[in-house]
Amino acid sequence: MYAEKRQLVAPGELLAEGPFFAGENTYREGTKVFSSRVGMADVIENKIIVVPIKGAYIPRMEDIVVGRVTDIGMSGWQVDICAPYPAMLPQSETPMERGRDMGRRDLGRTYGVGDLMIAEVIAFDRTRDPLLTTKGRGLGKVTAGKVARIAPAKIPRIIGKKGSMITMLKKETGVDIIPGQNGVILAVGRNPDQETIAVEALYMIEHEAHTSGLTDRVKALIMDRMKGKSVG
Amino acid sequence: MLGNLEETRLLDENGLRVDGRRLDELRPIKLEVGILDKADGSAYIEQGKNKILAAVYGPREAHPKHIALADRAVVRCRYHMAPFSTEERKSPAPSRRELELSKVVREALEPSIMSEYFPRATIDIFIEVLQADAGTRCAGITAASLALADAGIPMRELVAACAAGKVEGKVVLDLSDVEDKKGEADLPVAFMPKSNVIGLLQMDGSLSEEEFKQALDMSVDACKRIYEMQREALRQKYHVVREEGEGKEETAEVRA
Amino acid sequence: MSATHQSSPVAKLEQKTVVDLISKGKRLDERGPLDYRPMTITLGIIDKANGSAQVYLGKTKVVAGVKIEPGTPFEDTPDEGVLTVNSEFVPIASPTFEAGPPDENSIELARVVDRGIRESKAIDLKKLCIEPSKKVFMVFVDVYILDHDGNLIDAAGMAALGALVDAKMRAFEVKNGELVYKKQTVPLPLLNHPIPITSAKIDSSIVLDPCLEEEQVMACRLTVTTDKDDRICAMQKGGLGVLTPNEVKQIVATAIGKSRDLRAKILSRVN
Repeated sequence: MYAEKRQLVAPGELLAEGPFFAGENTYREGTKVFSSRVGMADVIENKIIVVPIKGAYIPRMEDIVVGRVTDIGMSGWQVDICAPYPAMLPQSETPMERGRDMGRRDLGRTYGVGDLMIAEVIAFDRTRDPLLTTKGRGLGKVTAGKVARIAPAKIPRIIGKKGSMITMLKKETGVDIIPGQNGVILAVGRNPDQETIAVEALYMIEHEAHTSGLTDRVKALIMDRMKGKSVG
Repeated sequence: MLGNLEETRLLDENGLRVDGRRLDELRPIKLEVGILDKADGSAYIEQGKNKILAAVYGPREAHPKHIALADRAVVRCRYHMAPFSTEERKSPAPSRRELELSKVVREALEPSIMSEYFPRATIDIFIEVLQADAGTRCAGITAASLALADAGIPMRELVAACAAGKVEGKVVLDLSDVEDKKGEADLPVAFMPKSNVIGLLQMDGSLSEEEFKQALDMSVDACKRIYEMQREALRQKYHVVREEGEGKEETAEVRA
Repeated sequence: MSATHQSSPVAKLEQKTVVDLISKGKRLDERGPLDYRPMTITLGIIDKANGSAQVYLGKTKVVAGVKIEPGTPFEDTPDEGVLTVNSEFVPIASPTFEAGPPDENSIELARVVDRGIRESKAIDLKKLCIEPSKKVFMVFVDVYILDHDGNLIDAAGMAALGALVDAKMRAFEVKNGELVYKKQTVPLPLLNHPIPITSAKIDSSIVLDPCLEEEQVMACRLTVTTDKDDRICAMQKGGLGVLTPNEVKQIVATAIGKSRDLRAKILSRVN
């Protein structure tokens, strides 16, 4: 192993040589493993990975995403999930009345162009665009709240070690925070001021993701903003 | 000689060039990563008086759909010079030269991109020359490679580029504008040091086989030095403060 | 914008055939790796042009025409004639060529052929001055691709050279600042004969003069244009593949020798 844990590496940088698995964002050439992206090198058992600093959102099965409807088709909706591929939500994957053959106008009443939804990715591979479902707890149309859009690579930082960051955010702002793996985060609270504070905190985390003592500083920001606002 | 050609010498008695450089010396290079907000990745380079911005958008949805490839991303590249970038104003419409350079620059960068990861998508590279001082395609490639890395696009390695040439009978590195205009040869090269391969190679002028080999070795060597500068620029942008306590488990949190 | 081209229309199996053959030192048409296809060059086929040449290189067919007309010089070379090289990839030549403005391949070809002629100083541009800063002769070299079966650059470069060698113009003098043509025709004054030699990298082998099927499987190509003194005047790498510095040096060495052979062939056509 040549790269140290949490060392910043660039594409083409030699990470290790020998009996290692080339994990995410690395590639193997002969006996050597190289990084393919800018990020931090890490080793989990004998698998080498690089945690990327930045990158487009590539959908994965079971990802929860926040998407925006861009078109209504014959049997479903086209949804922008901020990925290089437009996603599809078929009518059959929504908890609607079965057996009814809905026309475009009816589909439009359920989700119109511009509506937001929380959905789960149920299929995606190299040959077709991602498929979504809204059948499931917590999934469906978004009717209230504020949206923050951050780099997908920073979502783990929003969640934090064992959920510590997101738990703190929810507690301090009194707002429910739903992070989409695609970098779109929903902040839904009873009070629009609280939602705004939550969004500000989210962008702060994105901006300073690589610094230390972040959880405390974000908490301090929230508490400062909450002063003078009616809480409850 | 007729006309307004001055009899300026390009090499002085000590073999130094007009700007005081030795034959194999690079112009001062400044690199900055991630300077644009909207682009997915960006980088800025100054080399001599060159001022060039590179931006990357992608991978993103292919528009129009019919240009998409089934098995990998389409890489698109535009090399463009601002009208105020040259001594005489350049028309904003793409010239034949810009069209040719867009092609050869793409062919230098595309081999480094793992485009098979994004079938049916596009990766768009834009190089804008704000001020030109010879060697713009090479400086543009150096910046664009950083912009691709900054965008988080998977790559085999970075691409560095530099031109060599010939001035008053001597092979020299990194021609400046006056050396390009009055010199005897210009040889731009783009190189990937880890794989030891060349992605861009052009030449115009007059070189013997021996002079060519010298010039090629000189630019390949310079590319290796520029590669180190690229890595340093990435480090400057993304230096990570080691966090006590936080960190190790945080990595495990990430979907591996 | 330059964009990745559509995938090769050749099936993977057919590609493999070409690659396998080449790794054994053979090619589809039984040529050796360094052999050019049979080439014929015919000069003077277009009467209305000052000079013209037709090149058949295997099944690739290219015609080049030279027109010489008075015009204005560039500011920084007021006493020199002006060279312009243009190329057209007309739709008759290939199912892949579309009508319209030149695409990047056509522009690249024209500029590479131009570089060879310009940098080798093939045309004695100083002899084309009529009145400094006011009037000079413009030499238009137009390359027309008629049939695309690979290696258009070399075929075009040779056709352009042939057309220049064939080119004649009316002798002239300047009387009282006016251009006056004399009765005789004289050849376009030439000083050099540049020839482009294109090599293709297929897998780990290098072959010269790739035919269309070889171009469709090649990693990349490197064109090296040399002049009558074995000096390199232009180079252009094309394609998405890459070359090691040693491969480049090897290709250059081979091209210099090949260029000598082809130059002799072309010039022997001129009596």
